[in-house]
Amino acid sequence: MAAGNTYTPIATNTVSGSTTNQVDFTSISASYTDLRLVVNGFTVTSTDNLYLRINSDTGTNYSQTQVYGDGTSAGSTRTTNRTLIYFTAWGNISTTPHLWTTDLLNYSNTTTYKSMLFREADNQNATGASVALWRSTSAITSLSIYLATPTKYFGSGSTLTLYGIAAA
Amino acid sequence: MSPSNIGIYASQISGHLFAPSGAYDSIATTTLGTTTTSITFSSIPATYTHLQVRLFAKDGAASLSSLAIRLNSDTGANYVYHRLYGDGSSVAAGSATSSTLGIIGIEENQFGATIVDILDYANTNKYTVTRSLSGWDNNGSGWVGLWSSLWLNTAAVNAITLLSAAGNGFTQYTSAALYGIKGA
Repeated sequence: MAAGNTYTPIATNTVSGSTTNQVDFTSISASYTDLRLVVNGFTVTSTDNLYLRINSDTGTNYSQTQVYGDGTSAGSTRTTNRTLIYFTAWGNISTTPHLWTTDLLNYSNTTTYKSMLFREADNQNATGASVALWRSTSAITSLSIYLATPTKYFGSGSTLTLYGIAAA
Repeated sequence: MSPSNIGIYASQISGHLFAPSGAYDSIATTTLGTTTTSITFSSIPATYTHLQVRLFAKDGAASLSSLAIRLNSDTGANYVYHRLYGDGSSVAAGSATSSTLGIIGIEENQFGATIVDILDYANTNKYTVTRSLSGWDNNGSGWVGLWSSLWLNTAAVNAITLLSAAGNGFTQYTSAALYGIKGA
């Protein structure tokens, strides 16, 4: 694809109603170098974990290292051999808007595992960052963002946007 | 094979350099075919307001190594840096002054991701600061954190060199891309 001017919106999903538990970006083109996912989301009621899954892979192929500050103390945690990736470095998504940016670098290469960076702004619990590894050499073609509890939902007006960044 | 240097001369790239046309432009990129000591973007035009480097890199050694940046090929002790990071169990902070390198992240035996912002890089009235988010994870080990580096020089940034602080170079498949962000 033509580079030069880049940072192209691929798809935006604005949640309407109160029954959306999961948002999927599918058939992601391999035309870019990196992807950036921007989530400004909140729940209808109470808190929950927010997860990311890649290419619908439900295997134990994900791991993550996180760092956060909760207003009182700072900490760092790790997950290994998980079936999903956490958006939140600490705490949960809640009824107040939370902002995440996720950068997935070199997402379509088929030689290396995939590394991605999360940056979180969470009004309720903490601020933080994390790095995640998906142990697969497959090109990333789909992203699923979903609440842990099937009966919990994104609030109406939550936005999830996927951008493509193409190197020259 | 011995590591080598690779330079990407923005002004000399044919077919891969694009005239500024949007708010976020790709300026130059490289993907390594073999272990290479450093990656340099040179002849960077001053036509943007900010720069961003997106680095997908693996250090040439299996040990923990900082990822470094050098501006305008300045090898003097003109860099100051700070870092705040977590290693999966604890949080730590560190800094250095009179460094010959700025530090932008860290990596160990796995491809890690680093995004570096260089704000107001062409301004000649103030020192230049870089900030970065960087991390790597290897299913049981990993670091993630924030880094900032100050370059004690008021010159416009026209060259950026990325390198392993330990001198190990970057392995094959490491990729680095430079983007320009325009102001209104």
